[in-house]
Amino acid sequence: MNYNVDEKGYYGDFGGAFIPEMLYPNVEELRQNYLSITADPDFQKEFDELLKVYVGRPTPLYFAKRLSERYGTKIYLKREDLCHTGAHKVNNTIGQILLAQRLGKKRIIAETGAGQHGVATATVCALMGIECIVYMGELDIKRQAPNVARMKMLGAEVRPAQSGSKTLKDATNEAIRDWINNPVNTHYIIGSVVGPHPYPDMVARFQAVISEETKWQLQEAEGRDYPDHVIACVGGGSNAAGLYYHYLNDERVNIIAVEAAGKGIDSGESAATSALGKEGIIHGSKTLLMQTPDGQITEPYSISAGLDYPGVGPMHAHLFRSQRAEFISIPDQEAMDWGLTLSQMEGIIPAIETAHAFAALDVRKFGPEEIIVFNCSGRGDKDLDTYIDYFKL
Amino acid sequence: MNRIDQKFKEDTKLLSIYFSAGHPELEDTVPILKQLQASGVDMVEIGLPFSDPLADGPTIQESSTQALRNGMNTEKLFEQLKNIRKQIDIPLILMGYFNPMMQFGIEKFCQRCEAVGIDGLIIPDLPVDVYHEEYKVLFDQHGLYNMFLITPQTPEERIRYIDEVSNGFIYMVSSASVTGAKNTFGSTQTDYFQRIQKMGLQTPTVVGFGISNADTYNAATRESQGAIIGSAFIKFLEQEGVARIPDFIKSIRA
Repeated sequence: MNYNVDEKGYYGDFGGAFIPEMLYPNVEELRQNYLSITADPDFQKEFDELLKVYVGRPTPLYFAKRLSERYGTKIYLKREDLCHTGAHKVNNTIGQILLAQRLGKKRIIAETGAGQHGVATATVCALMGIECIVYMGELDIKRQAPNVARMKMLGAEVRPAQSGSKTLKDATNEAIRDWINNPVNTHYIIGSVVGPHPYPDMVARFQAVISEETKWQLQEAEGRDYPDHVIACVGGGSNAAGLYYHYLNDERVNIIAVEAAGKGIDSGESAATSALGKEGIIHGSKTLLMQTPDGQITEPYSISAGLDYPGVGPMHAHLFRSQRAEFISIPDQEAMDWGLTLSQMEGIIPAIETAHAFAALDVRKFGPEEIIVFNCSGRGDKDLDTYIDYFKL
Repeated sequence: MNRIDQKFKEDTKLLSIYFSAGHPELEDTVPILKQLQASGVDMVEIGLPFSDPLADGPTIQESSTQALRNGMNTEKLFEQLKNIRKQIDIPLILMGYFNPMMQFGIEKFCQRCEAVGIDGLIIPDLPVDVYHEEYKVLFDQHGLYNMFLITPQTPEERIRYIDEVSNGFIYMVSSASVTGAKNTFGSTQTDYFQRIQKMGLQTPTVVGFGISNADTYNAATRESQGAIIGSAFIKFLEQEGVARIPDFIKSIRA
């Protein structure tokens, strides 16, 4: 089976572009051009150069010695937390800003939940001197004040999404509406492997640098370029898509996706889409999403703002349905405990999103000769307030 | 003959009204329909509320959210419309996003539409191609038309394609925008209306988005066969109530 996108924009049953006609010209322009633009040597040169000198790539593949000893297995961390702006998100925004420039766009819009993608977008807009508007749920603006300040400092305008539940899904709706209202001069930088085709594939390709580097780094460290397991947290799923990308069709590699169970799968306050979602349409993509029996999209919950999206990218929906990937879900408490464990055993304070992934070590057995690569997707600075409250630090 | 086709034979300055089912009050659907027909409205789009209506502006989104809060859902709407054809004979169109229809079951949805006497559907996020490959046969079996949108940015070639595969009418979105009332149309709009009219399409065109008063209604119907009013009607309904609907319609046709 092929786990990459097909020529019609589908991953198995999932994907496509379920968009209103008003968006057709914008999305079609992107669909017709994204492959040729990104394949262009000039584009690649500029992209690689910026990833190197601006983002700080390649990020290290770090052998976590103490953690490996405790769990009796070989654990590597792909240090995306060391990227400029503190997470993998910037890989995608660098790619998309270069694409937007080549499409002649003069104005950038983005959605953000916790603010990480918003900051990564504001950063590349500052770098290129392009106008930047970030839509953020009114509730999230209150909860994530430091990231709002960072975006403003970077010169972006942060517009509150006041509709619906006033969180990420509504910020996404507002960004889409902005794009409908500004179809010619504006590019919409989506932050995850979600949205209408070609976004899921385009974002996955920009994040694929994560597994591209992992391959040669593992070759150097272990004499083989593939691990036995790749493990990442999944909200929309962009960091996971990046880590899985070059291993999707390599059946020697087991894929593990970790979702946020929130207060528990059956608590009514969860973001475990694979367990709770049904096939449907969200933000222009056919995928698994959390919804009422009547088809109204429900509000997810996780202590980590980056994982509380009511859907998953279509690639992940396909990995789940085809059983190519193992999906597990981790409640808030275990994720928070792992935030502390990773800090104290490896000296790395992870984002709470990232901490979810490590909890896979408690759920599942790994052999002593097995090699695991975790995506250490983001650093925990942004979550310090949550950690302080939770652990009474 | 489908009631929509019949209507376009009779009249070429159609006034069509959109409202969100279940808003302002849950049980307002049938009283609103009766008032609209009695006021001389030619056609109605009944909005099936959705939590995330991304082609709509704030007025319709808020009415939709309120309708959901009032307890509106797909099953409830079909129950309300059960005997509607004993009272209403103008064309009735359901307008809604695709996800709630998918969850209801598309086949069952079409059956129920046919059973209550719905003439057609407008589903903004169901693309033309997907409709043709996967759903057209089913819609045809149940006598349902599916109307498509075009915008000022839609390339001519695509308009021709949509014209070819359309029945009922083509929904001309007046400008590059989400739904919402405007007071006037500028030359951009009138140029666009004229450009489309000159294309000589086989399918009638109806202008929607941004129509709010007699001026915009007249401007729209000068170059097309009809106009749809949504947000402005919903605002009126909130402020003035169901009983005063005839006043609103009179003001448009003034």
